Parts: sequence; structure tokens; C-alpha cells
Amino acid sequence: MRTRYSSSLKFLFLSILLGNISLFISNSFAFQSDELLADDEEFGIEGGRSPDAAFPTRTVSSPPSIRKRSSDLGSDLDSKIQFPLEHAFGDSDFAPAGSFSARLKTWSHGGQTLTKLRFSRNGLSETEKENFKKLLEGDDFYRIRVPSNVLSPPGREYIISSVKARCLPRDGLDEHFMIHMEGVNILAVNYGSPGSCPYPRQFKIPAKWSFKSHTVLKNSEQAPRTPVFTEEVVGENAEGELPPPERSFWAKYWMYLIPLGLIVMNAITQAMNMAEEPGNGQPGAQTQQAVAGAQRGQTAAVRRR
Amino acid sequence: MNMAIRVFFLLLTLFSSTYLTLCIYEDQVGHMDWHQQYIGKVKHAVFHTQKAARKRVVVSTEENVVASLDLRRGEIFWRHVLGPKDVIDAIDIALGKYVITLSSGGTILRAWNLPDGQMIWESTLSGSTPSKSILSIPTNLKIGKDNVVFVYGGGCLYAVASIDGEVVWKNELTSEGGDIQQLIYPEGTDIIYAVGLVALAQFDAYQINVKTGGLLKHSSMVFPAGFSGDLSFLTSGIAVALDSTGSVLVAVDFQDGAISFHQTHVSELGSYFSGPAVMLPTKLPGMFALEINKSTVFIKATNDGKLEVLDTFGHSTAVSESLYLSEGQQAFGIIQQGDGKIILTIKLGNDWTSNLLQETIQMDYQRGIAQKVFINTYVRTDRSNGFRALIVNEDHSLLLVQQGDIVWSREDGLASITDVMASELPVEKDGVSVAKVEHNLFEWLKGHFLKLKGTLMIATPDDVAAIQRMRLRSSEKSKMTRDHNGFRKLLIVLTRAGKLFALHTGDGRIVWSLLLDSLRKSETCQNPRGLSLHQWQDPHHHVLDEDPSVLVVGRCDHSTDSPGVLSIVDTYTGQERSHMGPTHSITRVIPLPFTDSVEQRLHLLLDVNQQARLYPRTNEALDIFQRELGNIYWYSADVDEGILKGHAVQNNCILEIADSYCFHTRDLWSIVLPLESEKIIATATRNSIEVVHTQAKVMSDQEVIYKYISKNLLFFATVAPKAVGPIGSVTPEESWLVVYVIDTVTGRILHRMTHHGSQGPVRAVFSENWVVYHYFNLKAHRYEMSVIEIYDQSRLDNKDILKLLLGKHNLTSPITAYSRPEVITKSQSYFFTHSLKTLAVTSTAKGITSKQLLLGTIGDQVLALDKRFLDPRRTINPTQAEKEEGIIPLTDSLPIIPQSYVTHALKVEGLKGIATVPAKLESTTLVFAYGVDLFFTRLAPSRTYDSLTEDFSYALLLITIVALVIAIFVTWIWSERKELQEKWR
Repeated sequence: MRTRYSSSLKFLFLSILLGNISLFISNSFAFQSDELLADDEEFGIEGGRSPDAAFPTRTVSSPPSIRKRSSDLGSDLDSKIQFPLEHAFGDSDFAPAGSFSARLKTWSHGGQTLTKLRFSRNGLSETEKENFKKLLEGDDFYRIRVPSNVLSPPGREYIISSVKARCLPRDGLDEHFMIHMEGVNILAVNYGSPGSCPYPRQFKIPAKWSFKSHTVLKNSEQAPRTPVFTEEVVGENAEGELPPPERSFWAKYWMYLIPLGLIVMNAITQAMNMAEEPGNGQPGAQTQQAVAGAQRGQTAAVRRR
Repeated sequence: MNMAIRVFFLLLTLFSSTYLTLCIYEDQVGHMDWHQQYIGKVKHAVFHTQKAARKRVVVSTEENVVASLDLRRGEIFWRHVLGPKDVIDAIDIALGKYVITLSSGGTILRAWNLPDGQMIWESTLSGSTPSKSILSIPTNLKIGKDNVVFVYGGGCLYAVASIDGEVVWKNELTSEGGDIQQLIYPEGTDIIYAVGLVALAQFDAYQINVKTGGLLKHSSMVFPAGFSGDLSFLTSGIAVALDSTGSVLVAVDFQDGAISFHQTHVSELGSYFSGPAVMLPTKLPGMFALEINKSTVFIKATNDGKLEVLDTFGHSTAVSESLYLSEGQQAFGIIQQGDGKIILTIKLGNDWTSNLLQETIQMDYQRGIAQKVFINTYVRTDRSNGFRALIVNEDHSLLLVQQGDIVWSREDGLASITDVMASELPVEKDGVSVAKVEHNLFEWLKGHFLKLKGTLMIATPDDVAAIQRMRLRSSEKSKMTRDHNGFRKLLIVLTRAGKLFALHTGDGRIVWSLLLDSLRKSETCQNPRGLSLHQWQDPHHHVLDEDPSVLVVGRCDHSTDSPGVLSIVDTYTGQERSHMGPTHSITRVIPLPFTDSVEQRLHLLLDVNQQARLYPRTNEALDIFQRELGNIYWYSADVDEGILKGHAVQNNCILEIADSYCFHTRDLWSIVLPLESEKIIATATRNSIEVVHTQAKVMSDQEVIYKYISKNLLFFATVAPKAVGPIGSVTPEESWLVVYVIDTVTGRILHRMTHHGSQGPVRAVFSENWVVYHYFNLKAHRYEMSVIEIYDQSRLDNKDILKLLLGKHNLTSPITAYSRPEVITKSQSYFFTHSLKTLAVTSTAKGITSKQLLLGTIGDQVLALDKRFLDPRRTINPTQAEKEEGIIPLTDSLPIIPQSYVTHALKVEGLKGIATVPAKLESTTLVFAYGVDLFFTRLAPSRTYDSLTEDFSYALLLITIVALVIAIFVTWIWSERKELQEKWR
């Protein structure tokens, strides 16, 4: 057990190292595999995801978790599996193009999922390059397929996916796999270029005939639960037409307040005029009249002057 | 100033009193909606005319309706729609006051009160084996004190008390593979005979004691050559059947328990009879009918077992059951098909040579041939027997014929609509005849004055009635031309009978109807049925002279590989322009987004061999198609295998006869669902003609999110194979529902989500960037509705104004399915009380108006629910800004507001579908709900913000304006006068 495990650890370590090296010296290889290690959805099934598990390096560097791990491993039998990727140019027959390797993790409740998916692509042969060029010229489809069941390939049927060949060339040939899985069954492969590929697709021969691959493994998501409110259901109007929220005094009565304000302002200005009038040194007898005139409005008062 | 304030307040009170509501008032019913009731194709009819003040006929139909119709006018007295699985096997009248129905394969027996249709009793007869079901009601038989009815169903014979449905006795009759074909009860005896066949080779006769149900005698005899189907019973002791080759007639004599066979070769009857014969199901005294060589032959059996030919008729002949006349005689009716007419002949049972009655009735060719006839007798003024006949036609219409005239007719084909399409009416032109619009000015003013009185609530009841009448009878809505608001349209509906109807949206009347020849039974097409309707030509702009037309697609049989038929029908005139077929099989019709120079839409028809054929077959269409060849994609789904595939056009077919309109296809992608865990149960796609006003959605915090809008999205739902059954058949642990949103060009899964502990049935609707679906949550024991909204992330950086100014945005970049979509999805679920029959969404002309979901509830009503209730951004405590945006606080269940029932108090019995059509007015959408009944109305999901309501009182507005002008003058004069006084002071 220990030896097997350590050897697998070693392998992992090596492969990660290799992966890192290959990132730096990518040009010297015919192909380049770029495994996306930290994947969000990878453990999205029951029990929530354990972010640690996505990083194989973590488990290596944490000796205290041996007990937990061994109990984990006691129930599951991790095994390495491989499944092929095949491709076709236009309507040609499918031919092997590479292989995926992954670990099959058996959960204690019986479910099986794939983890640590990595992909290695075969280099393109000369005829394949020629074929690919033809596809580029004709703006035709480059097609790939994988088995629908990874344990007993090809399963019921192959999963086919295709892309217009002109979408792939960038510097090299950029491709992006998103593999949707349900247990050990592959449901679908979303295959395409990582970037955009707008319609009048330009004819472009890649500088390098090597694939730069990104792979993402995706498991199903759980639907959000319906919120359950135990209280306040009665309190609610139950009709969605909630009682209008209590509005402020101003919001409620503005239509009365504005005319009122106008009247008050009007009265004040008149009162001010009235105050001015005695200041002008008018005889006291006229003051009486001015008070009466205040109601008549300002214009009248002004005119009188 | 005081005056101004007063006027201001007056106006304020005026405006505040004219508030708007979502629901309608009682007097608005029928104003812009109509409701029609149908029953479906009649299977069986029982007349009830004796000793009844209201003469009626009780019918059962293929839509599982039992109804009582007025024999004078054809109106429905009462009607009950049984469930879709509760097929009615037999009906009859017992005790003169109960209608007895036997349904669900002879297991449910119900009694309905004849006058009002109330259910009196119901009893469940639990049979052991599926079998024929027979209902037999003896006229006057009492066991103990009760009158009984005999029922054979589920392999058992029952005597049931007709007063309360109690089972008096039960006798299990079936032997292995056997079935009873007839119950015979000779009047006044104590024995009932049950006669049947075992494995089509052995003749069985049982004699059963009527009082106790005990088996008195069982005799059987094997006929080695084997029978071919049903027995025809001539008298109480003689039955006739054909042998397995169809060339030998076997008369079975089973009187007194002794069985004997008499064989007669068909060719012995007459030298011109050759070929296999088919027994026609008839119930005639002492005779039976055969179909040989497409002609109907009536054969009589003499007392000594000899058979002799009475008469031979043409192919399409309908025969009624025999009817007892008063003097112990029996009569029956025969309908022969003529050219544009039918001939009804009534004959006496024992006398073939003379006719009691022979009438020729003019018949519309569009009704097709008569398929069934039921006759009834009445006493004429001269004390002789008169006859009336109820005729069921090929187009499922029902006619009552009396004295050579059609008394009434019902278009019951409309109870089984398979597809609906809307078509525009002609533009108003000089040449087009238009209904008289408005009367004179005085009438107009009078009408508005009445309305004003109604508004001010000073109208007398007479006035109210007059107003209501005026509203309903408004000639405006039933004109035969296009209107400004686009409310008047034609609804083209295709019925199961293969008849096309055009209904006017204004009042629901039938403008034209057409029985399509291509969908009629013929030599080459044995069992045709209509599949779907498609807009073939929709003239716009430069080709306005052309009439619009629809494409009707049909199939010759139920299987998908049977030949297809096509026909193109002009929607203005209702004439068939052209038809094709039977031709290649049709599995799918894809309307392409291209039209040719006469606005004919290009269609791609797929057959079972995955070949695509282009229509119309013109060079121009081919040119357009070749240009766009690389951009045409579609998908197919194999539900049984759980495989979805994407396809594109490859190259021309290699056929024996070169066909440049036929194309091979190739597979581009596939999605394989694991059979052991997922099975597709529902799909939804966007309506291809749906208009989306804007892609951007402005949030409360001035942020913008972009809807992911693609025409190529498919929603589908899968469940665990165990959970396909009805609700409750699985535990929550072994049942789940997985929903997918995929792009059908590339096969990308944009969203995949599992609902644990949920199961179907799933109803879903896809619109803009959202899907709403309805399913059952087993854990919560309630129905749920969920919403998924999809937003485009790749356009998010367009918010930067600087970038917009510098032109560094991607707003104008073309969208392609081949880019990796950066989408985010939002989802939320809510409980919902009702189970649903169907789900639809409103659609408007420009897509600006907010949407409403139209839920066809299990109670056969249509409920409108604002899309705002299904918004994944709802939270329990929305912020002030969010509230202003219109986000409703989150609740766990969706509200059902009684006022928002679109169908108000009415029911659309047997609801099957809801079609929505945008009107020209942006705020309004036309809704057509169909099932056994039809219902049409107009909806304004955000209220009619772009037009005044139809009952807006122009008179009141006018009076207000006049009053205001007068007030202005009066106050002006007043103030002038006052000023003058001031100046003189």
C-alpha cells in the first residue's frame, strides 16, 4: 500500500515538475499539455467540494492527514484510467490523436468520479498537417470524438464535437476541452478555441504545428434550494401586491403642501409690502386701508404707490 | 387664486378616480374576449325525446366528453369532460332519468342526472383482465326491488343497481384469452346470454341466471379455421363472423346451448363478390353488412341459416343502429354519399323493398363524407312516424337532419386543434368590402352620452343594458380588414380531422373552412393526420398584392417513416394553392430565416434517413440556400436512446433520380446521456419570431448586464428512468431532475444543474435569455417553478465610457457560436400551488413590454403571472434601489392572484395549448387558448400605456375642456370687472 502510494506520489510530483518545465521550454516539444489543476467544478457533487483535493501537491505535503486519507483510501480504490481522443478532418474517418489519463475516485457512497485529468496529444504527422491545411482552406470542420463511457470505451456511442478549423490557429493551434461528466459517463465535450472566433473567419496558417491544449472537467451542479420561510407567510399579503410602504409625510401630502406654501409665501410678501408702506411715512389713516388692501394682492398695493 | 386652487382640486379628484386595474369588470366580459364550447367527434348518441318537455340527445365523444344537447337548436344543456385517460366506452339511459356511462376500459360506471347533469353515483368495477366493455340496460328487469344494468368489463359480468350503483352480483367469465362480445337478454326470461370468442378460434356461450348471477350453462365449440374479428348478431340466437381468411362466412347458431356452425363461401353469395371481406359493425335485425371490394353489401339470414344478399351500395355508406318503433317493428337508417348531397333512407327491419322515408339533403362538400348516423323517431301531425337523423361527418361536425333540411350543425372538429397560426387580414382598400363602420354623428354622440351616464353612475338599468349591447356588438371589431392596432387577425387552426379553419379574432366566427384533400383518407394514404402549420408566405412591402399563405404538413400514418403530405393554402380565400404527396417522410420542418423575392419562406424538411429537402423548389430558393449553406445548423434528439445530435448540410443527395433540392447531412456534435440515470422528458426552445428589444439590462446601481441572447438555445430536462411514472411512484432519493441549456450549433452545454428529489412532468418555456420550468418536488411534496437566466460576460467591459469613446468596444462585433461563451447563469426556485397543463409566455411586437407567463392550470383556466415574480435577483430584503427597479421581495411561493385569471370565470375544458400573437400595438398581445373549448382575449401585461382604453369617455373629456374654457372666460371677466371697480375707487 505504502509503496504503491509513494510511487504514485512520486509520479505525481514528477509529472507536475515536468509540466512546469514544459511550460518553460514549450518550444522544444512537439506538443504541450496544459492541465488545469485548480478546477472549480471538479468536486461539485454531493458533500460539497473539498478544495484541497484539487491540488494533489497539497496532500503530499500534509503528513498529518494520513489517517484521514487512509480511511478515504480504504473505501475507495483509486485507479488510473486512460481513454483515447480521436480526430477527423472534415468527413474523413476518425484516427487516434491523443489520450486522456485520469484517476478514478470511488466514493464511499458508491459513486465514481474522475479527478486529475491530464491530456497528452500526439504530434501531427505530415499527412495530417496537409489535411488540416485543406480544412483551413475550405473553412471546414475539424472533428474530435471521445468514448461516452471511460471505463468501457467506447460505451454506447462516441461523443462527437467539432469546430471550424479556422478557429484554432493562433500562434500554434489552441484548443480548449470542457468535458461534462456524470459519474464515469461523458455527457458532452465542448470543444473549441479558447478565444473568440467571429464570423468572417480569416484564413491563417499556424506558425507552429503543435497543439496547446486546455482541459476542464465539469461535473453537475446542484440546483439552489427553494427558500423556505416558516414565519411571515401569514403576515404577507400573500398576493405580492404588498401594502405600499409607509411613505413620509412629504411624499404623501406634497400636492397639498405646495399650494399651501405658495399661499403662505404670497401672504408673507404681501405682509412685507405692508410693512414697507408705513415706513414710507404715509399718514396713519391710510394704514387701515392698506391692511384691507393686503388681501387685494401685491399689484394693487404697488399700483397705489 | 382661490378659484385656481378650486379648479386644481377638482381636476385632482377627477384624475384620481380614473385609476387602472389589472382585472376586468363584469361588464367588460365578452368585450374583447370570446369563448366557444365544443364537444368533439361524437362516438355514440342516445336520444331522449319521449315524455320529455325538452327534447335532447345525449352524446359521448372521442374527446371523452359526455354531453346533453338540445335537439331543437344543438346547444349544450350540460357537459362533462372526463380525463384524457378516461375513455368512454358506452352510454345509455336508465330509468328514464339517468345517463349511465361506462369508461376506462369498463372499470368506471357513472350515473348522471339527465336534466341537469349532476353526478348521481359512481362505482368502480375492479376487473382482473383488460377486455372489451359492454353496457346493456334491460328495459324492465328487477332483481329484488332494484332495476339493474348489466356491465361486462375487465373480464367480469356485473349486475349493478341503477338507482345507487351497488353491485348486485358479479361473475367472472373469462377463460384464457377469451372475450365476451355481446350480452343478450331476451325480454321476460330469467337467463342472460353472454357470447364471445376465445383466441379467435373458439365460440363460447354462457347462460347466466339473472337473479343470482350463477352460471347455468357453458357451452363452447372450436372453429378450426379461426375467426377474423368481431361477431355480428342477427337475432338472439344467431351470430355471423368471417373466418380468418375473410372469404368464408360462418353463421353460428347457439340457441338453447347447442352450438352449430354453417359455413358459406362469400363467392356463393354472388359471382361478383371476390376478394377478402370485412365485417361492418352493425346492429340490425336479422341482417348484417359486409364490405367487399369497396362496396357495402347487406346480407340477410333466413330462418334455416341460409344467407342471401339484399342490396349493394357504394363504398362510403353509414348505417345506423336499429330503432324500435311502437308496433314492435324495427327501423334503421342508411346514408349514401352523393355529389354535394347525401341520401338518407329509412327502412323497416323486415322489409327491404320499401322505404319508410327517403330524403336528399344538400351537403357542403367541406364536410366530407358522413361517417356515423343515429336515427330517432317522432310522431308527425298526421300520426305517422317521422324520423330525424344525427349525422357525424368526416370533419367531425355534427348535423341534425329532419324533413330533408339541416336543422342545426355544430363544428365540433374545433374541439381537437393540433396547431394554430395567426395571419393578417387584408388592408382596407376601396375594392375591399367593409362592414358599415359608424352610424351618423347623432348616433355617435348618443352612444357617448350613454357611456358618460354610465361613468357618472346615473344610468338607468335600461341604459346599462343598451351600453353593454353597444359594446358587444361593435362592428369595429369584426370587420374583415386590418386595423390600426393589429387586434383583428385571422387564426388559422388545423384540426385532427384534417380540416383547416380561419377564425376571426374579433368575434370568433369561422371565416372559411377547408377540408384538405391531401389529409383525407385515400388509396395511397390510409391514415392521414395533420402535423403542423407554418407560415409559407407573409407578404410585406413590395409584394403586397400577393395573399399570405400557410404550409400544412401532414403524415400518412402514425409512424415517423410514413410518407408525408404537404399543401399550401391561401389564408384570405381559404383555397388550396398546391399540394404534394404522398412524398418522402417528414420528421421535422425547419423554417429558415430567408425569403425569396415573393416573400416565400425557405423551409428545410428532414426525413428519417437524415436527408434534408429544400422548399420551395425554385432555382431562386436554391441560390439563396447555397449562399447560406455553411450557416445552417440544426439538432435532433433521440429520446429513447438519450442522444442529441447536431447536424449541418453536407452535399447533394445521391439518389436514383438526381434531385438538386435534396441534401445529405452530417453530424457535428453529439451528447450521449447515460441511459441508466437520465431520460429526456421535456424540451423548450425560443420562438423563432420572438423580438427582443434590448440586450442590455440596467441594474439599480447603474451597472449594466447583458442578456445572452441566442436563437440557438435549447432547454431540456431529464429525469431518472425510474421517475418517469406518475408522482409518488418513486422515493425522493432515487429521483432527480437534471436541466440543461445547450447551444445547438456547437453542442456546448451552457448550463447543467441537478434538482435532487424532484420529478416530472416538466413544463417549460424559453424566452429571451430565460427559461421557466415547472416540476414536482418530492421532498417538499409541492410543485415548484424555477427560473434560469443567462447573462453574457464577454460584453461586460463595454461599460467603460472611455473605451466606448475610443471605439475599443466589442458591441458591434458579430456574435458567433464558435467563440467560447463566457456566460453566467442565475437561478432561483419557488413553490407553486397548481399543477400545470401547459405553459406559455406573452409576446409583443417590439419586445419592450414586460412579459407575463401564461399558466394553463389543471382546472382548465389560464393564469397570468408576472415574470417579475420569477426573477433570480429577488432577495428577502431588497435595497431601496432594487425596489425602485421593481424587484419584489423574495417569497418561497408564487402568488396566485384571483383577478389575474385571464379566463376570468370561464373554463377552457380540456386545455391543450396557449398561443400568443403580438398585436401591432406594443402594449398588447393576443392570447388564444384551445382545448375542447376555445378562448381568445387580449392582454396588456404592462397595461395599455400606449393607447386609451376603448371605453374612454371622449364626451367627458370634451365636456371638461368646454367647462374649463368657460371657467377661464368667466374668471377673466370677473377679474376685469373687479379691477375696473378698484380703479374707480
